[in-house]
This record gives sequence, C-alpha cells and structure tokens, in this order.
Amino acid sequence: MITPTMTRRRLVGSLGLAGGGLLLTGCDRVAATPAFRGFVEGSERLTMDFTRLVSARDALAREFTAADLSPVFRGNGVTNPTATDYQAMVANGFADYRLRVDGLVRRPLSMSLPQLQAMPRRSQITRHDCVEGWSAIGQWTGVPLRLLLNQAGLLPQARYIVFHCADDYGPGKYYESVDLIDAHHPQTILAWALNGRALPVTNGAPLRLRVERQLGYKQAKYVMRVEAVNSLAHIGGGKGGYWEDSGDYAWYAGI
Amino acid sequence: MTGAEKPWSAPDAELANADEPTAAGMGDLADALTPPSPMASKPHRIYRHRVSTRLWHWTNAIALIVMLMSGLMIFNAHPRLYWGEYGANMDTPWLWIGPTPEGGGHLLLGRSIDIPTTGVLGRSTNPNGSINTHAFPHWATIPSGYSLAGARRWHLSFAWIFVLATIGYALVSLVNGHVRRDLLPKRHELAPRHLWKDVVDHLKLRFHGDEPGQYNILQKLTYGLVLFVLLPLVILTGMTMSPAFDAAFPWLLDLFGGRQSARSIHFVCAAGFAAFIVVHLLLVVLAGPINEIRSMITGWLHVREVKGHGAEGPGAGPRAREEQTA
Repeated sequence: MITPTMTRRRLVGSLGLAGGGLLLTGCDRVAATPAFRGFVEGSERLTMDFTRLVSARDALAREFTAADLSPVFRGNGVTNPTATDYQAMVANGFADYRLRVDGLVRRPLSMSLPQLQAMPRRSQITRHDCVEGWSAIGQWTGVPLRLLLNQAGLLPQARYIVFHCADDYGPGKYYESVDLIDAHHPQTILAWALNGRALPVTNGAPLRLRVERQLGYKQAKYVMRVEAVNSLAHIGGGKGGYWEDSGDYAWYAGI
Repeated sequence: MTGAEKPWSAPDAELANADEPTAAGMGDLADALTPPSPMASKPHRIYRHRVSTRLWHWTNAIALIVMLMSGLMIFNAHPRLYWGEYGANMDTPWLWIGPTPEGGGHLLLGRSIDIPTTGVLGRSTNPNGSINTHAFPHWATIPSGYSLAGARRWHLSFAWIFVLATIGYALVSLVNGHVRRDLLPKRHELAPRHLWKDVVDHLKLRFHGDEPGQYNILQKLTYGLVLFVLLPLVILTGMTMSPAFDAAFPWLLDLFGGRQSARSIHFVCAAGFAAFIVVHLLLVVLAGPINEIRSMITGWLHVREVKGHGAEGPGAGPRAREEQTA
C-alpha cells in the first residue's frame, strides 16, 4: 500500500539530499581515482619543493622564551608503550637502554643514555604542531642528530634517516623518517629532556626526535634505533612512516 | 586586447564607454535601459565579464567549496580555536564545538555563551543512522566520513589551484584595468547619499541600478573586502599554520600574533567566505539566475531581462532620460 506522504516540500527536500549525496559520494569517488591520487601526490611534492625553495636550508624554526611555555605539554598518540622490553627499561630507569645507529654508516654505534647526554647538547624552546591543529610550546634538550651521524659516518649512498621506535601500534612498531636536509638541520635533535627535566614516558622517554620544521607525527618518540637507508621502499609499508603507511598521511609534513 | 574583450562594451547598444558616465554616455545608457518601444524591441546585451574573470570565477568556485568543506573536516580533528602562539586541550579555547554530556551538541564562545546546535554541530546523524559527535556533520565535509589525512590531501592540493588562480587573476586584473575601472569605488559612489540609495535599491531587489554593466557600490565594497582582505588573509594565515613556512617567513607569526591566532583568523575568514557564498547565491537568484549565470559563462548579460533594473525605477539613468525628454 502506498501512503501519499510525498508532499512538495518533502520532494524538494529529498531531491536536495539526493543532489548533495551525489556530490558527496562524487567527491569520495573522485578521491579514489588514480588521477586524483596523482594530482594530490604531485601537489605534495610541489609543496615540499616550494617550501624548500623559499627556505634557507638551515632556516630555524622560531625559538621562544621560558615565558612562552605551555602550562601543560600534551602527550599524544601512545603515551605508555606496553611492550615488556620497554616496560623493563622504564623499571630500571633506562640503565639498559642503548641507541643503535646503523644501516648505511661506516661505524655502527650503540650509545647508552649517559653517553648521549655527555655529547654536545642543544636546548631549544620550540612550538610543537600537531597535524590535528593544536600547538604546545616546550623546551627540548638533546644531542644534534648530525653529530651522531657524523660520528657514525654516513655512507654516500645514504638518502634517508629512519627512526625505529618502541611504541607498538597494532602489528608493527612506530617509525618515521626524514631526508638528509632535515637530518642535518641544526635544530634536529634527539631530545632526552623536556622543560629541563628527564623526558617523561608520556612524551617519549628516553629519547625522541625533534624535527622542528615539520608536524607532530614526524617527532618520533621512544627512539630505539637510527638507521641510514638509501630508499624507504623496504621499510614498514614503504611510505616512510607509521601514519604514512596506515593513515595515508603525507611523508613531508612541513605544512 | 580586442574590442570584444573589453567588458561592457556593448556592440548592440553602443555602450562602449559607459563606465565614465558623461551626459552623452548617460543618454546612450538610458537608451539602453528604457522600456523598449515596439520599434526597438530587440534585446540588448552587454559584455559584462571578461574571459579572465569568468575563468577565475569557476575555478575559484570549485576550489573554494572544496577548501571550505575539507577545511571543516580538518577542524573536526581539533574543534577548538585559541589565541596566541600555543593552544591544546589543557588550554582555554575561545571557540569550541562539540557534544554535550546530556546528549546534544553545542557551540561554546568564550566561557559564557553556549549555543545549542544539536542535530547540526557537535552531534548529528550519519547517513547510516549512527551518531556523529564531530563538530561538523557529514554533509558539510570532504570527505564525508571522518578522515583528517583525506581532508588534508583535498585541502592542500586545492590550495595550489586556489593560490595560483588567484595570483593569475590578480595580475591580469591589475594589468587589464579590471581593478581600477570596475572594482575600485568612484569617489561619488562613496557619498553617504549614494550608499544609502544603493542599500534601499537592494532592499527593493533592484540590483543593477542605473548601470547594469557595472558593479553597484555594495557589490564593489563586498568584492573589495573579499578580494583585498579575505583572500590575502586566508592565504597568509594558512601559510602561518605551516611549521616550514614559519621557519622561512618568521614575520608571519608576528603579523598574526602566533600560529593559533592565525588558525583562528583562518577559520573566521572561512566563515566570511561561507557567508559571502550564501549572500552571493541569494542575490544571483533574486537578480535573475539564468541571465546572471549565463553572463558568468558567456560574458554577456541580457539587459532587458535584468529584473528591477533602473528602467522601471527612479534611478539616475532613467531620471536623466526623463530630464532630457522633458
């Protein structure tokens, strides 16, 4: 039985909804086409090349003063890795922690936390920008990555630096990568302190990456291993980072 | 530039120089506008939009809508706005959109203004019937389902189209005189009496006043606000949110008072664009949608079909005509 409930207003309303729905599914469908994919990836490449073109290679992210610090520095993502080997390290104050530096290097390194802390340090009060939109200002102290890479001796075929982390996300561990421009940037440090105190577990203890010209998901926490590679294709899902592989985020996170 | 490329030159009606109304020009204009006698019933057309304007209009229409809708999805990832350099969950936002504990949705402005928005903002229903507690509902966002990464891909790739098309349009408009001749208000148009008359004309749904080939003063002021204030602001605040651009151009942070201030201004600009689009579409409909849309496709506006133009009204053109004929 048909009930005559289709008034003109309802008809117009449902036509509008259908039109809107068509437009929306249209956008979602367009997003899935190879052409759109190519357009998007091309524009990402353009964004990276353009920001690099207009920036000095060593242009610094703004550094703030102690008066500008966020009252609370938000921890995000995994804030307490559950892996038993990580928890064991936490239990004895990271006395057994060793940072491995390997891959395409002449002299692979294995560094304890005191050894890292004995290296030349850099302190910087910088703004952390999450891809979601929020920002927090904190003071980071750590060893400049380029000093570690120099000590290990990068081989000429090295193109990217990969950071292997202890935080577990489903099947794999978190990882991230940067190219050599960001790896050698003066503000790129492996930080062991936040706001003048030992780096809290929430924020990536004992060691986290700071790449100050990129967004939060590049700032790998719980860094266990630094690997120099020639290509990102054979690491994880091949896109250069956990969120790049699993969430389709862009590898270049300068914007 | 050929004669045909010049806007508002009207081969049919000989309106070529109507933008600087002289007594003679006004007479021609009035001829074009008077209710046609049986002898002169052939429709008049004026060339109103150059190809550069039309091309930019449609490119921009698509880019702007994609950027607005994908921007709303990006906002959904952190539906709070702050002033200053930093701002995160523990800090105090000046605007927050979200679900209420009581099962509704609301928009909070500052500490005291609480606007219920259940069904639209903060709590809405997805097409499959599930409840969406993100700030903006599925029909307002690209992609329609929650995806920050997807929205960023749309937003940041269309940003290139938006910026490059805008720069191209700005350069062409400066060179071909569009800005000076068509967009900049003339001194007499800014007189309070003229402004008031245009407001009254708008309220009477008389949009083309005396000179259907030209933007009226409210149009000029609105387009001026959009082109010279909103567009640069939205592009520069967008860049200020990028840590890479901040390192390249640290003055951006000083200009806007920090990244979170820039994010707030970016959102306010987006609201301005949304309001502009709504009013723009409303006026297109009221002014005669077919003629108006056709003029933005072909460039030609049919004067006889312009609803409520000065021919039937007490505008200066017809009055001048009356004076001449009196």
